[in-house]
Formats: sequence, C-alpha cells, structure tokens
Amino acid sequence: MKLPGQLYVGAALSVVFIAAALLSLGWVPYSVEGMNIAERMQGPSAAYWLGTDQFGRDMLSMLMVGARTSIAVAIVAVGIGMAVGVPLGLLAAANRGGLVDEIVMRGNDLVFAFPSLVIAILITAVFGPSALNAILAIGIFNIPVFARVTRGGALSLWTLDYVLAARVSGKGKIRISAEHILPNIANLLIVQGTIQFSLGILAEAGLSYVGLGAQPPTPSWGRMLAESQTLISLAPHIAIFPGLAIVLTVLGLNLMGDGLRDLLDPRLRRVA
Amino acid sequence: MFARLTTTAAVLALSAGAAFAQQTDITIGMQLEPPNLDPTGGAAAAIDEVVYANVFEGLTRYNADGSISPALAETWDVSEDGLTYTFHLRDGVTFHDGTTMDAEDVKFSLDRARAEDSTNAQKALFAGIDTVEVVDPLTVEVTLSAPNSAFPTNMAWGDAVIVAPETAADAATNPVGTGPFMFDEWVKGDRVELVAYSDYWGEAPALDSATFKFISDPTAAFAAMMAGDIDAFPVYPAPETLAQFEADPRFEVIVGSTEGETILAMNNADEVLSDVRVREAIAHAIDRQEIIDGAMFGYGTPIGTHFAPHYPFYVDLTDQSDHDPEEARALLDEAGHGDGLTLSLKLPPPTYARRGGEIIAAQLREVGIDTEIENLEWAQWLEQVFRGKDFDLTIVSHTEPMDINIYARPDYYFQYDNPEFQALMDEIALATDEEERAALFEQAQRMIADDYVNGFLFQLARTGVANANIEGLWENAPTQANDLTGVRWTQ
Repeated sequence: MKLPGQLYVGAALSVVFIAAALLSLGWVPYSVEGMNIAERMQGPSAAYWLGTDQFGRDMLSMLMVGARTSIAVAIVAVGIGMAVGVPLGLLAAANRGGLVDEIVMRGNDLVFAFPSLVIAILITAVFGPSALNAILAIGIFNIPVFARVTRGGALSLWTLDYVLAARVSGKGKIRISAEHILPNIANLLIVQGTIQFSLGILAEAGLSYVGLGAQPPTPSWGRMLAESQTLISLAPHIAIFPGLAIVLTVLGLNLMGDGLRDLLDPRLRRVA
Repeated sequence: MFARLTTTAAVLALSAGAAFAQQTDITIGMQLEPPNLDPTGGAAAAIDEVVYANVFEGLTRYNADGSISPALAETWDVSEDGLTYTFHLRDGVTFHDGTTMDAEDVKFSLDRARAEDSTNAQKALFAGIDTVEVVDPLTVEVTLSAPNSAFPTNMAWGDAVIVAPETAADAATNPVGTGPFMFDEWVKGDRVELVAYSDYWGEAPALDSATFKFISDPTAAFAAMMAGDIDAFPVYPAPETLAQFEADPRFEVIVGSTEGETILAMNNADEVLSDVRVREAIAHAIDRQEIIDGAMFGYGTPIGTHFAPHYPFYVDLTDQSDHDPEEARALLDEAGHGDGLTLSLKLPPPTYARRGGEIIAAQLREVGIDTEIENLEWAQWLEQVFRGKDFDLTIVSHTEPMDINIYARPDYYFQYDNPEFQALMDEIALATDEEERAALFEQAQRMIADDYVNGFLFQLARTGVANANIEGLWENAPTQANDLTGVRWTQ
C-alpha cells in the first residue's frame, strides 16, 4: 500500500511549517521589526541561516513570522468557508429539489463562476488592502466549495435506511442533518478542509504578491517574493527561500490531503 | 583574374569599412510611456523626456548644467523697468512640415498657453505676461505685468515650446516642432521613433534616428539593458542592480542629481501633527543615511530643507534635524504622546517611497510612533492623499525645479499655512537682484526647516545606465529631458 508514504511526507512538511509558525509566537532568531542596513542581502551563514533580506532582516525569522500570517489567514478563511458553506450544503440536501436547494445552489454557482482571485481583488479593491480583507476574500470563495461537497455527500446519505429510520421515528430535517448526516460526511470535510487550507495559503501569497494582502511591515511570503524581484541577480536567496517555503508548504498540505482522503475513504480502502 | 581580385578586395574593404562605421541610431529606455506627445498639453514628465530639445524647442532652453541659453530666440533685450522683453528670433528656422517659424508662431504659442481655456499644465509660467506683440517677422515683444527675473528661465520649460497654429492641435499624436529630430512613429505600449530632421537650423545631430522604448518593470529593464536591447536608460528604475553595471566594462553608470526633493510629507492640518513638537520629533527620529543606503542603495544627497543642494543658494540645514532618537522621545513626551502615537503612512509605488517607508516605519517605532502603512497606486494616492488630504504621513519626491513656493499654498496637500512664508514668496517673485533673491531664498529655506513642516529626506539621485561607447547624455536633470542633440557613439 503506497498510502502512508505520501501521507507521512505531507504531514511532516505540514508539521514543520506549523511548528515554525507556532514557535515564532514566542521566539524568533532575530526581531523582524528592526532593520540593519549594514548587514543587508547577506547569503546564508552561521549567524543568519537563510541570510538577510534587503533591509538586513533575518530571512529565517521573516519566513517564520510569514508562516504565521499565512496560517492565520488560511485557517480563518477555511473557517468562514466551513461555517457558512456546510450548513448551506446540509440545508440544500435536506430540501433536495425544492426552492431552497435551487436558491442555495444557484447562488453557489454565481460565486463559483467568478475566478477566485478576481473576487479577492474586488473585495480588497473596495475595502482597501489588509490582512483582514484578504481573509474575508479568501473565505468567501471557500463557501461554495464546502456547500457543494456537503450537499453532494449528504444527498447520498439521505437515501440510506438509517436516515429513513430516523425520519420514521419523527426526527426533523435539521436534527437528522446534525445528528446523522454531518458526522458521516466529516471525513469528506476534513479532506476538503486540508486542500482548501493549502489553496488559502496560495491565495494569500498571491494577494500579498500583488500588494493586496497583509501590509508591511507584517512579513508575508507573497510580498517577500514580490519585493525580491529586482534583487534576484544580486542576492538570489531573497527570492528562493520564500518561494521554496510556499512550494513546500502547499505541496505538503496537498500530499497530506490526498493521503487523508485515501485513508478515510472506505471505498478506496477496500480497493487497496 | 587580377581585376577580379581587386574587386573582391574592394568589396572586402567596403564591408570592413561599414563594420567600423559609427553607429548612428540609439535606443533609449524609459520606465513610463507618455500619455501623449504634446508638452504644451500635459503634465507628465515622460512627454518632455521624449520631445524636449529633440522635437520641440522654446525661445530659450535648459543646458545640461541647468543654465539657460538662447534657442529659437537668438538674443533678447530687457527694458529698463524690467517689464518688456524683446526677443530676436533666429532666421531660417523651419518646422518639420517645412513651414517657417516666425514671430506669429511665437505669439500664437504664448497666447495659446496663457489663454483662459488653455490645457497647459504650467499656466503659472505665463501668468505674468500682459501682452505679446509681433514687431516684425523676427522680433517679438513680451510685456509683463510685473518684473520677473525668472522669465527667460520660464520660457525654457517644455511647457513653453513654440508650436505652429496649423499643427498644434494634433501635437498629442503627431508632434511637429522645430527640433533636430522629427516624429516618425509611435507604437503604443512599446516605443516612439524619431528621425533626424535634415533642415534643422542648428548643428546637425550625430544620430540619424532614435527610439524611445518603454519598459515599466525594473526586472525587465535590467534584462533589456544586459541583453543590449537598450543602449541607454537615463532614469534607471532598479538602483540595486547598478553595482553590477558598474563592475561591467561594457556599461557606464551615470550618477547625477535631479530636482527631486524627497520628503516625508506631514499633514500639517492634522490635530496631532499641527503640533510643531510632534513634527520636530519625527524629524529627529529619521536617520537619512540609513534611508539613502537602504532604499536607494547609497544614491542620494541628504537635505535639511526643501531645496536642491546643487543650487548656489542652498543652505545645508541637515544638522538642525539630525538623527536623535533621545530628543525625539523627549519632544513626544512634552507634546503629551509619551505613551505612544499611531499615524497612517500612505506610500505611492516608487521604490524610494515603498522601501523608504518601511525603513522610516522602523525608525519611528524606535521613538514610540507606530505607523499603519498603506501601499497605494498612483491614482489612489492622488485621490486620497494629494486631493483628499486624507493622510498623516506620506513619502513623495517633488521633482519640479525651484518648487519651494508650494509651501506658500495653504491648500496644498501637506497644508502648511504660514502668512509670513507666503509674504516672503511674493517678495521673491518681485526681486530682480540676484543677491537679494539669494538672501530671501535662504530665509525661506530656514523658515520651513524651523517649522519642521515636513521630514526632509534626500535629493533624489538620477541614476542612469548607458553603453560605455555613448557620450553626451545628460548627467543631471535640470528639467525633464533626454536631450539627444549632443549624443554620439564613440566607436
């Protein structure tokens, strides 16, 4: 079985990333607020493991705090998507074919029809660039994703005998959704959550790359990458490390998401 | 057989000769594309950077060192009372469409620029003109309403170039001037091409064609320069890569000064910032050298007031607002902000503002001032900061020459309102004696430094990169221009 390898690599990368972010809450090698122009753009050394940036700040510290920004934005955005999308999906499934289902799902289609980054740019253009608005923007395009996954998963459950039994025993749609449907689609949501989380990190990096995410001086991977553009030939490490951080983190989360799906999906388990 | 050999030798000699011939075309890189090509109808510096001295000429002109010399006017006389300027025009000057440039064209150009409905971006240059009269085809008499010693300088601006009545209206897309180069083609979004004008009145330029290519992305500008697609980039947008060009014998780095006083502008009408102690504290919190090194990679000259250091009557007041965090903290304490202060810092796109802003934010944090940085695009900046005056702090470079008079405009975006200073500026406008002007300008420089109106940071350097075989490019930028008349290839 090739599942665990993928899962382990993914989980390991994700843990490193999350641990770095958590560690930065209490400790970073150097302050990211102070600038030290005299020591700027130094390559990796014993003192600065990943070198220094164009202001003489420690790249490792910047990346650690940047990880925190990414995680905060992605978690809250996925949270918004789940908190709104899942109930909507359950509601739609419970009223399958009805007016509510139509309204919810067509509304979803509407949001889905816009490319996600365009929605994000629209929101930040209207409300001004900030980490909070980036969260909101990414959160909103997470809603239809969760609503669809939830509805899809729930629809198949509604036809099963034990749901029928619950209905016969007199339980209402809301209670059935909460007590019987939701627990049985939890694995779907966990997998989707992991994938959306990695997409959230990518979206945050994209938004801050174009200047619509977290504003300076808050470190952000996307902005670090953007600011390093003209320095690539002079000090390549300033561009390489934030780029690597984004690639490895997103790769890790995706591997973990795929691994979890394979592990949690009973049908796949039987096949394997 | 012998004959054939000599022919071959002759052909060889010819082709060898061609290979050694000097290059006569040039490609100039610019970061911004001009919105149009009419210097009398637009404020964008990019317009002048293409057409000034190349396509269009005025009565007088700026030289590379900032001095003024005759252009279309060969000489001029000033009346005793300083009110009447008589310009004697050059004979035999023609526009690129073949028509002759005469006094009627001058009258038309000046009247058009100062008209009620004029779209000229610098109408103030012409505001003092009372009448313009044609004496004969080569003589024009301009009468001013008050003596103005700066009048010949005003006439050297790109906004004061001479245009013909028949072609002026189309100048935006098809500029017709009197300069050594005529407009050939404009490929929007890419380049403007000029070719030499064979009937030019003055010395013919060494080049027979020139291309202005627009590359906005600093990384792409670097690549184009390295690949040789661009021969010269007079205002090169990525100072961080200059060290690489300096080390490369194929290139020459041209470092000069500009008219750009780069300042940390403060909203003087703001409740907190109207307190001079707070402004002084901010001035002392700033470490200019760190900003120049960090944001501009060492290119720039510290300034202590709003005046360019290359002028003779510049006063070095940088010590008055030296980097002194202790003093800054004490002043903040005195002003009642000992427990901290939060100000907004809105930054337009240029590197000096974005990078400089992050450095200033760090410096202010050290004395207990927190900043909320907001990066804005130019349109947003103009809307919110320049017109809306909705800001506490911002960073911008004021690139107009001799623009200390903006401090006499209480409705200007930083809203400095000092009647004493306004009176002083009126006095300067009327002063014709050079010594008197110098003394007044010195007084003005001290006044705004004493009031700590803004944080005076540095004079923007003009850093350009060019092929090492090109000579004659301007080092400084006394006005916005890429004058190609004296540019040539040395091999």
